[in-house]
Amino acid sequence: MEQILVYDGTRAGFFTAIFEIYERKVADATIQKAENYSKGLFDEPRFVITDELKAKRVMEGFRRKSPKGILSMLTKVLHSELSDAEKVVLEVIRMAFKEPSGLRMDYRNDAILRMKQINKMMGREIHRMHAFVRFQKTIDDIYAATISPDFDVIPLIGDHFEKRYADQQWLIYDTKRDYGLFYDGESMQTVTLNNANWVSSYQISDSILAEDEQMFQKAWTGYFHATCIQERKNMRLHLQHVPHRYWKYLPEKTKIN
Amino acid sequence: MITSERIPCDRLKNILLHMKSSVEKKLEILADAAKYDVSCASSGSNRKNVGKGLGNATRMGICHSYSEDGRCISLLKILLTNHCIYDCAYCVSRKSNDVQRAAFTVDEVVDLTINFYRRNYIEGLFLSSGIFKNADYTNERLIRIAKKLRTEHRFNGYIHLKIIPGASEEVMEEAGLYADRLSVNLEIPTEKSLKKIAPEKDHVTVYKPMNWLTTRIDEFKEDRKKYRKVKSFAPGGQSTQMIIGASPERDLEILQLSSDLYTEQKLRRVYYSGYIPVSEDTRLPAIRTAPLKRENRLYQADWLFRFYGFDMSEIVTEKHPHLDLEVDPKLAYALRNPELFPVDINKAPYELILRIPGIGVKTAQMIVKSRRYGKVRLEDIKKMGAAVNRAKYFIHIHGKALPMVGSDPTVIRRQIVYGEKKGQMSLF
Repeated sequence: MEQILVYDGTRAGFFTAIFEIYERKVADATIQKAENYSKGLFDEPRFVITDELKAKRVMEGFRRKSPKGILSMLTKVLHSELSDAEKVVLEVIRMAFKEPSGLRMDYRNDAILRMKQINKMMGREIHRMHAFVRFQKTIDDIYAATISPDFDVIPLIGDHFEKRYADQQWLIYDTKRDYGLFYDGESMQTVTLNNANWVSSYQISDSILAEDEQMFQKAWTGYFHATCIQERKNMRLHLQHVPHRYWKYLPEKTKIN
Repeated sequence: MITSERIPCDRLKNILLHMKSSVEKKLEILADAAKYDVSCASSGSNRKNVGKGLGNATRMGICHSYSEDGRCISLLKILLTNHCIYDCAYCVSRKSNDVQRAAFTVDEVVDLTINFYRRNYIEGLFLSSGIFKNADYTNERLIRIAKKLRTEHRFNGYIHLKIIPGASEEVMEEAGLYADRLSVNLEIPTEKSLKKIAPEKDHVTVYKPMNWLTTRIDEFKEDRKKYRKVKSFAPGGQSTQMIIGASPERDLEILQLSSDLYTEQKLRRVYYSGYIPVSEDTRLPAIRTAPLKRENRLYQADWLFRFYGFDMSEIVTEKHPHLDLEVDPKLAYALRNPELFPVDINKAPYELILRIPGIGVKTAQMIVKSRRYGKVRLEDIKKMGAAVNRAKYFIHIHGKALPMVGSDPTVIRRQIVYGEKKGQMSLF
C-alpha cells in the first residue's frame, strides 16, 4: 500500500522523509507538504518530524551519488511549489541510490528531464528577482522592496543581495506568501511583518518613504524613456522580456513620465 | 519597523526639487544622446564586494529592465557631455547638429550612479562623452568619475568606460585600473568609408589604443596567474561597435572584420548597430528605416562564430556575401551544404550536432549526455527542446533518415518559411 509522508515544507523536512523511506524500506511512497495535504478517507499518513542530522546524511549521500550541482537543482525544484515537485525529486533520488555508478544524466528519462525543466523555470524566476527587485528608500534608511514571484524564491535570492548590498539595510518582502528577508547591515534573517499596511495589498505606502525617493524614481523613469530608440520601438519584444505581471513593482512602468 | 511619520520641510524640499529637476533634464538629454551605443553588457567581470563596500559584478551580468525597443537596460548609459568638436555625419551629437547641449558635473554622475545602484535599477555605469578639447582631456574627465566611485564610494559595481580614439597610453593605463570594460568604437567598418563620413577621424587612432589594450590586458592576466596581488586591469576585457548600413560594406567584409577582432584583438564583444537615420546629411545613404533584420542576422552569425564553432568563411562567402534575410544563418548554411546532412544524432560528434538547424547548445548537450545510456529518439529531442519542424530535414535516427531528409533545399526552405501546407501547395 502506498505510504504518504507529510513534511513541514522545508528542505530538511523533505530529506528527513527520504531518510524514513529508506529506513523503513517503504517501496511505494509519496511525500506531501503539510499545507497541501488533506487527509483521505483511508489514508494512514505519517507525519515526519524534521531532523537536521538525518536530512544531512541523506543529502551527503546523494551528493556522492550524483554529478556536481544536482543537489542544488533538487532544492530549487522543491521550492517551486509545483504539484509534481516532491514526486520528481523522490524519483531522482531513488534512481541515484539504486544505480551503483550513481545518477545517470539521461534526459530521455521523464524525472530527469522534468527536474531540468523545473530548474530552468526556477532559475529564470530567481534571475528576474535579481533584475526586477526595486528598492525604495524609507525614512529610516531601509531599502525596501515588495515582490510576488511565481515561485517561492525568497530562500534562494538572499545570498545575491547580501553580497551586493552589504553596506545598506534592506528588506525584500513577498506579499503573496507573507514573509521576507531583512538585512540589518550585519546579518540576514527571515521576517514576517505583523502590522504591514500594504497599499492595494502589495505596495509600500508613500508616507514612509524618504524625502528624495520620489525624485530618484522620477529620474529613473525619465532615463528609461530617454534611452529608448523610438524608431526601433518593439512592444512585442519588450513584453517578452518584461511580462505584464512584473510591471506593478517597476517605477519605470508605473510612474507617469 | 517602517512605520514612523514623515516630517515635511517644505522649503528644503523646494530647493532640492529645483536642483534635481535640472539633473533630471540633463539625464534625459545625455541618455538620449548615448542610446545609439548599443553595448549593454554587464558581463565578463566578477569584481567582488570586498570589506563591505557597495556592489559587485556578476559574471553573467543582469538586465534590470528593457526599454520599449526591446533592448536590455543594464547600465546607466550616459554621456558626460554631448558637446563635441567633431562633425561625424552618423552621430546625433555632431557639431553641426542643432540639438540641446548639456554637461554633467562629476558629482552629479556619481550621485545618480550610486542612488540608482542602491535601488537595484542598474548593474553599474557606462560612461561615454562627446569630445571636448581633445581625446585625453575628455578621457581624463571620464576616469575621474570612475576613480571617485571606486575609491571614495567603494563602489564595486560594473563600470564600462569609453576610450576616445587617439587616447594616450598613460590615460588608458589609468582607465583600466578602475573600469571593468573598455571600448574603442570602430563605428565605420572600413577606413575608406570612415573618411567620407567622418573626415576628422581615421582608423589608426582606433586600432592603436585597441591593440595597446589587447597587449596590456594580456600582460595583466599573465601576471595575475603568477602573483595573486596584481591589480586587475579591465577584467571584463574590451569591446567595440560598428554601425551597419551607413556605409556600403557587405556582410562578408563586416563578419571577416569581426572574426579578426575576436581572434587578433581578442575582443569580448563586437556590437552591430543598424544605422538609424539621425540626419539628412548628404554624406550618408538615404535610408528611411534602420536595417533591423540585417542587424539581427549579423548577431546570429556572431553567435555561430562564438558559440557554435563556425568559421566566418562558412557563414558568408564571395558567392554569398550577404546573410540571408529570410532564414537564419545556421539554416542557410545547412541549405547551402546539403551534402553534409543528415547527421546521426546517436553517433555524430557534439560539434556536428550543433550544426543541425533547430538544435541549440543546450539540446545538443542533453543529446550527447543521454545517448550514453541508449538510443535517443525523435520524441526525446522534441521534449528536450529541439525545434523539430526544422531539425527533421537534417537528422538520422536509428541509422535511418527521417522521411523529409534529402528533400530539395528549395523545397525545405519554402516549407520552413511559409509553413508546411502552403509550402507543399506552391509546388504544384
